[in-house]
Amino acid sequence: MAVWRPDPTFYPSPRSAMKAPPEELAFVVRINPNGDSRPDAICVVDVNPQSSTYGQVVGEVEMTHAGDELHHFGWNACSSMLCPNAPHPHVERRYLVVPALGSSRIYIVDTKPDPTRPKIVKVIEPEEVADRAGYAKGHTVHCGPDGIYISALGAPDGDGPGGIFILDHDSFDVLGRWEIDRGDQYLHYDFWWHLGYDTMVTSEWGTPKMVENGVQGDLLLEGQYGHRLHFWDLRRRRHVQTIDLGKEHQIALELRPAHDPTKSYGFVNTVVSLNDLSSSIWVWYRKNGSWDVRKVIDIPAEPAEEDQLPDILKPFKAVPPLVTDIDLSVDDRFLYVSCWGTGELRQYDVSDPFNPKLTGSVHIGGIVRRAGHPAAPGPLNGGPQMVEVSRDGRRVYFTNSLYLPWDAQFYPDGIRGWMVKLDVNPEGGISFDPNFFLDFGDQRAHQIRLQGGDASTDSYCFP
Amino acid sequence: MADLGTAWPWLSLILLGAFHGLNPAMGWLFAVALGLQEGRLRAVVEALLPIAIGHAASTGLVAIAIGLLQLAVSRELLLLLGGALLLAFAAYKVATRFRHPRWVGMRVKPHELALWSFLMATAHGAGLMLVPVLAHLRPASAVPALATAGHAGHAMAAGSSIGSGLAAVALHTLAMFLVMGLIAVVVYQEVGVEVLRRAWINLDLIWVGALALAGLITLVLGLWAL
Repeated sequence: MAVWRPDPTFYPSPRSAMKAPPEELAFVVRINPNGDSRPDAICVVDVNPQSSTYGQVVGEVEMTHAGDELHHFGWNACSSMLCPNAPHPHVERRYLVVPALGSSRIYIVDTKPDPTRPKIVKVIEPEEVADRAGYAKGHTVHCGPDGIYISALGAPDGDGPGGIFILDHDSFDVLGRWEIDRGDQYLHYDFWWHLGYDTMVTSEWGTPKMVENGVQGDLLLEGQYGHRLHFWDLRRRRHVQTIDLGKEHQIALELRPAHDPTKSYGFVNTVVSLNDLSSSIWVWYRKNGSWDVRKVIDIPAEPAEEDQLPDILKPFKAVPPLVTDIDLSVDDRFLYVSCWGTGELRQYDVSDPFNPKLTGSVHIGGIVRRAGHPAAPGPLNGGPQMVEVSRDGRRVYFTNSLYLPWDAQFYPDGIRGWMVKLDVNPEGGISFDPNFFLDFGDQRAHQIRLQGGDASTDSYCFP
Repeated sequence: MADLGTAWPWLSLILLGAFHGLNPAMGWLFAVALGLQEGRLRAVVEALLPIAIGHAASTGLVAIAIGLLQLAVSRELLLLLGGALLLAFAAYKVATRFRHPRWVGMRVKPHELALWSFLMATAHGAGLMLVPVLAHLRPASAVPALATAGHAGHAMAAGSSIGSGLAAVALHTLAMFLVMGLIAVVVYQEVGVEVLRRAWINLDLIWVGALALAGLITLVLGLWAL
């Protein structure tokens, strides 16, 4: 337990994290959609191009139960351990904290001593989270300077409010609900923070009842899904401000604040506009001591024939882009945008966050497009979804499944899971690595975490 | 010989002050972060005084407690008690895996910074580490405190004993302040926080070792004096 130097994967600043060595392994969630007794798993994928098993699964650990629906996950500790207000530099980045969106269990997976043979060391049952925090359906995990933060979609009865609870860094005990005063916040999805401003931001999807049986058309058309951002005092755990993006912009998901703690802006995506099925990216920013937002990117729907579309989209005669994940490079320069509906992954230069420039695009999968890959001519289904960027910003990985009940509505023929990798031109531009196409067969893949950290894991207290 | 004998407690106070100033968890790193957040050296320098005040308050409380205890208990008993307390505290730090208060954020006003420093110093037992020296620092006039009849004598002895304790805290804090300030400015201006990755050795372990060592020394001094 006792180590003499800080964990070598902790970096005081995003600038120094950019110089990290390339990752050699990735951890990827594998989900069994077939309803049989095979459990979901964390797979270990070889991402070292020099290795003979490059692009293959070289290890895995299955969960203890079947039907969990693993989704997002995160590390027990990361660069925020170097924060000067609560320094804990000598803990290890070692455990993956893996909440199951279906069963509400949380698995703690030890990646040492051999990261290709991870082991489950603790299972937190849903009752512990319900009793101690009043939440269910754990989602996003972030390693905070003072504990492990996990968001939850709602209460154990399937309604709201959703919120955040804290796990102890050492024991992984559920310490309780994070919010002291939640203001008008009810729906929950993602969260992250500006450590330099003691500010947390949270977004809105829907309560467990609103999402676990697929998107509810009537609720969507009424604008009942989430469309607001909430700003919190991270230190006092109090709600300070709500920003409504507008009821027509349904489902506000991923939050990507600038990694530089002196910057006070970030990006969020909304999935579908009730006006024209477009998706949007917004920037939130600090202005005169409070927060404001501005829409900076609009991605339109693409026209399509009715017979090419799943039932849910037939009346609209168009494929919505369904932007369901975004990721910001560690230097805050490039924003990656997953268009899960149209089968496109876009790269924007966001050096000026208010004037993004489209600098790259690849097509793969898509509801209508079904585009192939250099190593798998296709047709491929599913589309770019969970996207992860390496610390140096040179490589981008993504998978193609969203969430089983929603997969079934938009890709009713059944998604075949895959994971691909892009190479990034440092001056802008992306292209497929022709040697990296990982086929998960009839299983599906969701979030990816890179060994040693990645662009959506670590937060920093130094610029 | 006599000079060395009277000088070593003060030298120890200075060295312990330097040791505390060296520890990033005691404040210099926070000062650097505040400077980097604002992008100016002035913010680094302005953070140092509140941090030093918090540290002095924490160690000062221990000094006052020792000063008062010196009136009530014999020197031997004080040393034995202090030694036992230090060893117990070191064991507690190991058992709780070096926990400390976590309430503060990154945007702090000077009084919050001072309170943070006070809590960090207290939680780390910075003042306790001074116990052997403080217990040893006993001005000649205070020796017969219990023997001196009357309140006036008592008050004088108490004042004198606490006074030398507070002088000790002032010297200790000055050393801490200078080392902390030097490191903060050098890291901010020249070296950069990148150095943390290599140079931040596990001071928690050294620290708990120092606590235990101080405890042992105090116990031995106490037993010796019996």
